[in-house]
Amino acid sequence: MRGGALRRVWGLVYRHLALYRRSWPRLLELMYWPVLQMLVWGFVTSYVGGAVSGAAGGVAGAASVAAGVLLGGVLLWEVALRSQMGFSISFLEEVWSRNLGHIFVSPLRPRELVAGLAVMSVVRVLVGVLPAVGLAWVLYHFGLFSMGPVLVPFVAALLLMGWAVSLGVVSLILRYGAGAEALAWSILMGLTPIAAVFYPVSVLPAWLQPMSLALPAAHVFEGMRAALLEGRVAWDHMAAAFALDAFWLAAMAWVFMRQFQAARVRGALLNIGE
Amino acid sequence: MLSPAILVEALNKRYRNDAPPAVSDLSFAMPRGATWGLLGGNGAGKTTTIAMLLGLLVPTSGRVEALGHDMARDRFAALARMNFSSPYLALPSRLTVGENLRVYGHLYGVPRAEKRIAELAEQLQLSDLLDRPAGQLSAGQKTRVALAKSLVNRPELLLLDEPTASLDPDTGDWVRTWLERYRAESGCSILLASHNMAEVERLCGHVLMLKEGRVVDQGSPAALLQRYGRDDLEEVFLDIARGRASAAAAARDSVSA
Repeated sequence: MRGGALRRVWGLVYRHLALYRRSWPRLLELMYWPVLQMLVWGFVTSYVGGAVSGAAGGVAGAASVAAGVLLGGVLLWEVALRSQMGFSISFLEEVWSRNLGHIFVSPLRPRELVAGLAVMSVVRVLVGVLPAVGLAWVLYHFGLFSMGPVLVPFVAALLLMGWAVSLGVVSLILRYGAGAEALAWSILMGLTPIAAVFYPVSVLPAWLQPMSLALPAAHVFEGMRAALLEGRVAWDHMAAAFALDAFWLAAMAWVFMRQFQAARVRGALLNIGE
Repeated sequence: MLSPAILVEALNKRYRNDAPPAVSDLSFAMPRGATWGLLGGNGAGKTTTIAMLLGLLVPTSGRVEALGHDMARDRFAALARMNFSSPYLALPSRLTVGENLRVYGHLYGVPRAEKRIAELAEQLQLSDLLDRPAGQLSAGQKTRVALAKSLVNRPELLLLDEPTASLDPDTGDWVRTWLERYRAESGCSILLASHNMAEVERLCGHVLMLKEGRVVDQGSPAALLQRYGRDDLEEVFLDIARGRASAAAAARDSVSA
């Protein structure tokens, strides 16, 4: 990306950073759900872990590992959720403020718009998830970073998956207007049952497993369990996660460009918020 | 020789196959440095035309060039050298005026953006408003901020959609005076869509009268007044809008006979 393009992307990022600087409810909202999820799941795992170790006559170590797997799942799934919401909601901010027309008559290219939204999604993930990671360590003695360097590609794969889903959501907003905005909050959450966040893919019915394995997240969480339970890097799952990310990103980028062009034909870019 | 500021050739736009065309067979060439007006009633095709000039809307057929760039193939090169203001678009209301102008300074790649913003703030009397959220401004102040946004990149071509809509007469006059001075100093080309006939008469050297997506007449305000035998453009507009154009011309012809 050349200097002019980087400056335009920065212009879009600056617009959102300025917004967050002036809106503490938005900032609070970023952290609210990840922290809440962490608290609920943390207390659940404490209770279940205590009950299991008591019943099994003192296998506290196993209960602690199981608790770690659940908490790791909660935190990493929040990365995907916040990544997707960060991207989609940053786009919706332009719709809500009736600013899209100004954006689209500026020299900002669609790919630069996508890059700016992706940067904002990373910012929102960092601000939203890091407090929850800290809380998991303070309250439940679970250190996400104890997973080792393999955490970095896991997080990257989930960020990419969030962007792919967001491109689909933004495409639907371009197609159906602000009426499709509810999808920004619900669509990825709806994939939780087949994303293998808290249990392996093998637990799912056989007919559902191919759908689960088509999601990058399922491979990330299989890899996370391999790292936490067996202390190994599941290279096959990692490769599958990135290959699927590449596929879904390419497919959703194509859908986005098609819907963007269709919106230009229909004249939807001027009044998309209405 | 410089290409026209805007060149439109056989432009057509139909939103649906079963709907009448929003713009039909529109052609014109607006020279550089000129101020032209687009006049027409609601639904005449003004906003559709402007949206196609900006590349926001893809024509059904025909061709648009802005500042020598084909908007179908090379619109981003043109967009960097033009700008747009409309009361129907807003700037993010929670951002301050200064932050909003900074955002657009970055998006348009303005060199020494802070200096440019200070310059515009002084010229448009915005210096005291730079730290105020855009959402807390009066209609007149918002119009001045929107103007500042549309001038941040020193555009060679400025498209203004109803620049004084909902302004009181004093503020409207201030904006018109300012635009006259700015055009004279900068030499930029301006295309103005407006329902305010006095504004068009005052600012524009040439007027395109649109009805049902077609140019039904055009010329300088003085030429139009003479052709229709009217005292002001509002009467000319009503003649055209109500289909009285031919009756007015016939009456004029019988008087001259």
